[in-house]
Amino acid sequence: MLKLVASRLALGILSLLLVSAAVFAITSLLPGDAAEELLGQYATRETVEALRASLGLDQPAPLRYLHWLGGLLTGDFGRSLANNVPVAQLIGARLPNSLMLAGATAVVSVPLALAIGITAAMWRGSLYDRAVSVLTLSIVSVPEFLVATASVLVFAVHLRWLSALSAASDITSLAQFFRLFALPVATLCCVIVAQMIRLSRAAIIDQLRAPYVEMAVLKGVGPLRVVLRHALPNAIGPIANAIALSLSYLIGGVIIVETIFNYPGIAKLMVDGVSTRDLPLVQACAMIFCAGYLLLVTVADLCAILSNPRLRHP
Amino acid sequence: MKLLASRLRRIPIGGLFGGAIVLFWIAMVLLGARVAPHDAGEIVDMDVFLPASAQFPFGTDYLGRDMLSRVLHGARYTVGIALAAALIASGSGLILGMVAAVRRGWLDAVLSRALDTLISIPSKMFALIVVAAFGSSIPVLVLMAGTIYTPGAYRIARSLAVGVGAQDFVRVAEARGEGTGFIVREEILPNIIGPVLADFGLRFVFIVLLLAGMSFLGLGIQPPNADWGSLVRENMAGLYEGAPAVLMPALAIASLTIGMNLAIDALGGRDALGGRRRSGEAG
Repeated sequence: MLKLVASRLALGILSLLLVSAAVFAITSLLPGDAAEELLGQYATRETVEALRASLGLDQPAPLRYLHWLGGLLTGDFGRSLANNVPVAQLIGARLPNSLMLAGATAVVSVPLALAIGITAAMWRGSLYDRAVSVLTLSIVSVPEFLVATASVLVFAVHLRWLSALSAASDITSLAQFFRLFALPVATLCCVIVAQMIRLSRAAIIDQLRAPYVEMAVLKGVGPLRVVLRHALPNAIGPIANAIALSLSYLIGGVIIVETIFNYPGIAKLMVDGVSTRDLPLVQACAMIFCAGYLLLVTVADLCAILSNPRLRHP
Repeated sequence: MKLLASRLRRIPIGGLFGGAIVLFWIAMVLLGARVAPHDAGEIVDMDVFLPASAQFPFGTDYLGRDMLSRVLHGARYTVGIALAAALIASGSGLILGMVAAVRRGWLDAVLSRALDTLISIPSKMFALIVVAAFGSSIPVLVLMAGTIYTPGAYRIARSLAVGVGAQDFVRVAEARGEGTGFIVREEILPNIIGPVLADFGLRFVFIVLLLAGMSFLGLGIQPPNADWGSLVRENMAGLYEGAPAVLMPALAIASLTIGMNLAIDALGGRDALGGRRRSGEAG
């Protein structure tokens, strides 16, 4: 089992390395470079050359990649082109906000989605199941920003529960904290719960088709026990995968939600970086998101390995 | 003709409805600018965010422009660009996948590894990086969306083609001494085209959603042109009044993507694809 786990971890690290190479390659394909961008069109050749040398842009691309990678590993993400502040400082100020948003969303949405997905699978074909299917398919096939604006419309405009604007800076009491936080979290949950329900329902139904479930039913085991004791343990691997994959929807959702609510998180930082074409900032944010995503997928695969006795004791 | 009619009758009503919506919007790509009552940029009324009326069925936008005309003009960008990008993604994925499946060996290994790397970058991230590096002109958007969804199309085409390639009639063709081109074109392609078409539909939906999201962030189609995502973005101020200007383009996107999903389901596409699709791709 250790060998299996180690090889899965190694694969994760290899993927991360390849992804970093891809991110670096895309952002340095264009002929012009940061030195020209910074100095504008009136710069003389000498000043451009001098700045290029001081930024290390006169070195060949593979060397620059290694330098950049070394910087990432030691926490030196370079300086932002837009306001000449170290990228690490910008990200450091924003990352906790985004992690809080993502964490709160995961805590709310995972149990909710599992409960709905498992019950829908249990009463497969019932009115409840069909309603869940239609609703989740509709939510999955419209853009995240539509779900987000619709929930703003419902929660903040029609029901007037919460203020539509949130800023994590001036929080004095716990109640206020929940008030400001609730709407982005609720919106984000709407975006990702649908996908998670679909995937976990499919994983359970897949198990319910297996012969051992038929055996259990013929033995006279009750439906609740069939699902919870027989099907669920076998579906842990696929469900862990489903959760990891739906959390990749979380990435898309976080970008939209932070933009709509003007939430001071890392996704908003990255979107602003993209519109000012602040490449060092974009590279660093992209690597954080990709590393987070790969981490989730790897953890899900490890869960699948550890929950499966056939893989645990080969 | 009779065969076609009897086949059409077997398709569930939802599928026909979905297909009709999709065909309507595709027609609007070509005709939208001509059937629109006003020019996209023309200011028709001094009142902004008007509700729906007989004169302006979709109301007016934040500058007092006719929303119906703007949605019809926008079809060209939302539907047209997504179609082009989906053709690139499915086309290159299909060709690479079939060749990899027939040739095997190092070509297969290199292609699979390289495209797996692309799949482990979430699609929105990839889009943001590309736009940061290259700007958001229309050719960049088309190529970007085409590249993002190629690996998924490749995986499906490859796994389908490997299945077909193991069958006897392909072995016979190989034994006859046919080349890769012939085997791919005559033996494999006709046997996998159904699921590949269904996958094309799904890829089209993902691309519509991705590009609409980018435009909503202001990083997609740039003014003065506007796709449906940009229309939602620029009219967000009307959300609190419930103005049709912000709801209508959003509904247009939803009708397109849900219609396509209904059509694929009705043709049995999703079942044909089975477990081959990794759902994470849409994120």
